[in-house]
Amino acid sequence: MLDLIHDYWLYFLIGQYPNGPFGGLGLTLVLATSGLLLSLPLGLIFGIARISPFRIIRWPITALVYLVRGTPLLMVIFWAYFFLPSITGHKTDQITTMLTALVIFDGVYLAEIVRAGILGLPKGQLECARSLGLGYFEAMRFIILPQALRSMLPSLVNQFISTIKETSLGYIIGLTEVSFIASQINTQVLTKSTQVYFILGLTYFVLCFSLSRFAYWLEKALQRTRSQKAAA
Amino acid sequence: MIQLDKVNKWYGDYHALVDVTETINKGEVVVVCGPSGSGKSTLIRTLNRLEPIQSGQITINGQDIHRRGLDLNEFRSHIGFVFQQFNLFPHLNVLENCILAPARLRGLKPAEAKARSLALLERVGLAHKATAFPSELSGGQQQRVAIARALAMEPPLMLFDEPTSALDPEMVGEVLLVMRDLARDGMTMICVTHEMGFAREVADRILFMDAGQVLERATPDDFFNRPQSPRAQKFLSDIRTPFAVEF
Amino acid sequence: MQFDLSLILSGKYHDWLLSGLGVSLALTGITLLLALPLAIAIALCRLAPIKPLNWLALAYVETIRNIPLLAHLLFWYFGAPELLPDNIKEWLYSGNIEAISAVAGLTFYTAAYMSEDIRSGIRGIPVQQIEAARAIGFGFMATMRLVILPQALRITIPPLISQTLNLWKNTSIATVIGVAELMYQAQKVETDSFRSTEAFAFATASYLGVSLVITLLAALYHHRYPVRNV
Repeated sequence: MLDLIHDYWLYFLIGQYPNGPFGGLGLTLVLATSGLLLSLPLGLIFGIARISPFRIIRWPITALVYLVRGTPLLMVIFWAYFFLPSITGHKTDQITTMLTALVIFDGVYLAEIVRAGILGLPKGQLECARSLGLGYFEAMRFIILPQALRSMLPSLVNQFISTIKETSLGYIIGLTEVSFIASQINTQVLTKSTQVYFILGLTYFVLCFSLSRFAYWLEKALQRTRSQKAAA
Repeated sequence: MIQLDKVNKWYGDYHALVDVTETINKGEVVVVCGPSGSGKSTLIRTLNRLEPIQSGQITINGQDIHRRGLDLNEFRSHIGFVFQQFNLFPHLNVLENCILAPARLRGLKPAEAKARSLALLERVGLAHKATAFPSELSGGQQQRVAIARALAMEPPLMLFDEPTSALDPEMVGEVLLVMRDLARDGMTMICVTHEMGFAREVADRILFMDAGQVLERATPDDFFNRPQSPRAQKFLSDIRTPFAVEF
Repeated sequence: MQFDLSLILSGKYHDWLLSGLGVSLALTGITLLLALPLAIAIALCRLAPIKPLNWLALAYVETIRNIPLLAHLLFWYFGAPELLPDNIKEWLYSGNIEAISAVAGLTFYTAAYMSEDIRSGIRGIPVQQIEAARAIGFGFMATMRLVILPQALRITIPPLISQTLNLWKNTSIATVIGVAELMYQAQKVETDSFRSTEAFAFATASYLGVSLVITLLAALYHHRYPVRNV
């Protein structure tokens, strides 16, 4: 197994770059990070829409949320793959396709996290902000969201972990992320399948496990500051 | 200044406010009291439209507050509302809590807003806590900051929804003192409260409510010594338990 | 491009898609049957008074949860068979290795997530129940079997149904290792006819439809068997 790592570690980490497309673990991380960052604004908008007092905003977004959550991510990727070219007019590469699918899919899941975060605040906060005369969006911007986003941090880290795992599905459309690279290595080496896929699993495990420990630490830290403040 | 005309409110089938008709004049201090569920909080919350009404009219300074075209935020910025749960913004410090609304809504420059807020915090006795966060303050201190925050908008009317009910007994006094001083300075105030000592000493008028109706309206002296309605009489005798602080 | 429903309502494409749907449903059903007992076993190991078992079960759950399903399936299809002795390997390759790998991967994956829900359900039972059972003289397994699990299951059914929903959607990933389920067939129809819209519309509708049925089942269960506290 050691010579396997010795021969292929660079390919595993960054794909064929610079002689080919950027790939491997590097691509997985870049994709997951951009996916989460780009879906955040969408998640915020959808989340706020989900709690809107106006049915005309709330219902379509709620329908969209149920639609996306009832569909496998693979399906969303295929829709993006087959229909982005016709919408944009030219051929879209795998990274853009995957990113689009991730943003839509994660945006919807983030909407639920945002919604939970906002609803978790005491009702009096919004009432009070409105009583002072602040408008709905002003109240959201200065009072509600700053508090809600802080309490949402552990959930956001967990969503990041999910997104990392979701990038693996880019395999289907030939995206050169780390699972795809592992399979490429496997086809080249042929005799060490178990080792190759073991290393793949180990990589994901180390990455996601450390992040989940971080999320756990974050949650504890948040609870600690809250109880410190309350005790004062 | 405030005119309520046959105001009715329902929560589903529950008739929360029944044909409420009252006039409150400028500079008056009115205390609303009554048993739980009598509609006192509901009534005061209709005045800044935190609760909608189904029929009737509410007029403040000659203007119907439910008229079409009313800028709700502008309207609310002219009424100070103090909540039972204080509702200070925990992510902002005391000074920032007070500055937020005047700076954003009245366009006050930072220095002006700060000066005004500090003066108000001085008035409620908390200028020394300007940079503290709400979580570092006691309940009584938080509520005083909440009052300063409401006053920062220089409202002609202050509404208090059971301001001391969530406080430990030893902190009730400091908040009531601030409210008394406010009354003495001529502020128009409507307070929903169980603090009968405060009512007796500070109120110009007492409204007694039960089951959504205003059953009695009288001066403190008349109300406490010569209650007219049997319901009010029962209320007063119930609160004069052996353990109640004599007032 | 015209949307031609007739293409998928009858004829060979219709048959392909329908068979794919059947395979997806079969994968879900078989996995569910296998994963549930495994999940209960793991949950009990997590809670058992034997430290090595706790640690083993925790390692199992954490390992599975931190690796994406795709990587699991790739391992079970490409990696795992290599570890088997030759005669079993031959038997596997002559049969439906794709489906077997898929079921193996899905089962171990789903069981890990379900075990967490079951564990939460069990921990939700007031500790007094366990105390009472132990006071009578029941050992760990008897307590679990007679007192705790029957109560815990009622609380656990809604999250388990949610996991079933995830399982249903996860069967789509089996297409990667060549299982002829719904996604695979939809792709096949697309390659053959270039009618991507109709094929994927059918697949999407199927996923949504079954998701809806599962969700309704959850709501029905909640309505008929609400959580009853003493």
